[in-house]
Amino acid sequence: MADNHQLLTSVQMANFVADGLLRFDELIPDVINAEVMRELDEKAIKFGYETQGQPLADVWRESQGIGAMVRLPAVQAIITSLVGKNPLYDHHAPHRVAPKHFEGQVWHADAIIDTRQHFDIQLFYFPHDTPREMGGTMFLPGSHLRRIHETDIGRHQNFVGQLPIVCKAGTLVVGHHGLWHCAQPNKTDQLRYMFKIRLNPTVRQTLLWNTDDLDDPQITDILFRNHKWYGNDDRLEYAQRIKFWRFLTGDDRYDANYWLTRIENMPERVAAA
Amino acid sequence: MSDLRQKILILHAHTPDLHSPIGAWATYDGTGRDNATTGDSDAPPYKSVLEAMRDGWRVIQFPQLLPAYPGMELTTSYLRFEYILEKMETL
Repeated sequence: MADNHQLLTSVQMANFVADGLLRFDELIPDVINAEVMRELDEKAIKFGYETQGQPLADVWRESQGIGAMVRLPAVQAIITSLVGKNPLYDHHAPHRVAPKHFEGQVWHADAIIDTRQHFDIQLFYFPHDTPREMGGTMFLPGSHLRRIHETDIGRHQNFVGQLPIVCKAGTLVVGHHGLWHCAQPNKTDQLRYMFKIRLNPTVRQTLLWNTDDLDDPQITDILFRNHKWYGNDDRLEYAQRIKFWRFLTGDDRYDANYWLTRIENMPERVAAA
Repeated sequence: MSDLRQKILILHAHTPDLHSPIGAWATYDGTGRDNATTGDSDAPPYKSVLEAMRDGWRVIQFPQLLPAYPGMELTTSYLRFEYILEKMETL
């Protein structure tokens, strides 16, 4: 069960809206990381999908590795804040990059074009140390609200602000389903793992987090973070984030810097003569 | 067969102005000397499309400026200001 004190804050949620990801370094204890590595090395868990659409709570019940990772109160609190207490298991994938693999994966977003404001999350779990020469998954902060289909973005190679996950064992990145990403080359002699799990919400994703700081003045500045790679589209990105914040807070009148209020103003009252 | 091979540079500019900063970039080398891949550099090779032109790159495709479809005015998708440049190099 999630501990309410561990729920995400409004400031963290604003960062999720702006970046499409949240990063939690060394969140998972070493004892669980070690057990996950044993499960992966010995194929003690299925590498193929479990039954899709079942409650996450029903998956990996006996596992003291991946199952224990998902059941950690801190992880449950993150999941609860974003997709509610009882999400569904969509799929999982233990990603492996072979030693001396020098080609980066093509940039992509997972699944297909998804027009929902409702969103899935993906847990990207790094069970062992991942230095840059081992790759890490590369993410593009701020890409998650763009409507593209999977590898349609495959012509790209580099972006200003791209973020390779270089981390210690036990690091968890939680991403919006639309986030652009790609696996990076592994120049080491060691097989690299990254364990991904996609989750679907079963409740309206409104105010699921710890809202004590909902009026924090940082939030507007965070929502207006410019990631620099999209140039003149920055204002369109801000408009998308304002809409997303309205969805998350249930406040249809929320605005920042007047961007949506201005274009929603269509007065019909006839002025007195 | 000619000894000339095409090298392609793709630059995504901040605006349609060829002076504007670069937000994304990629290279594809027909000579086979360079094997660029995702995430292999943190800074663009040129500050602008114009700077690349001054270094000998020829622009072979300009982005078309298309009005937004009705109802899609605030929607973002692909990077819009994509310039494709080439150099011909001898093997």
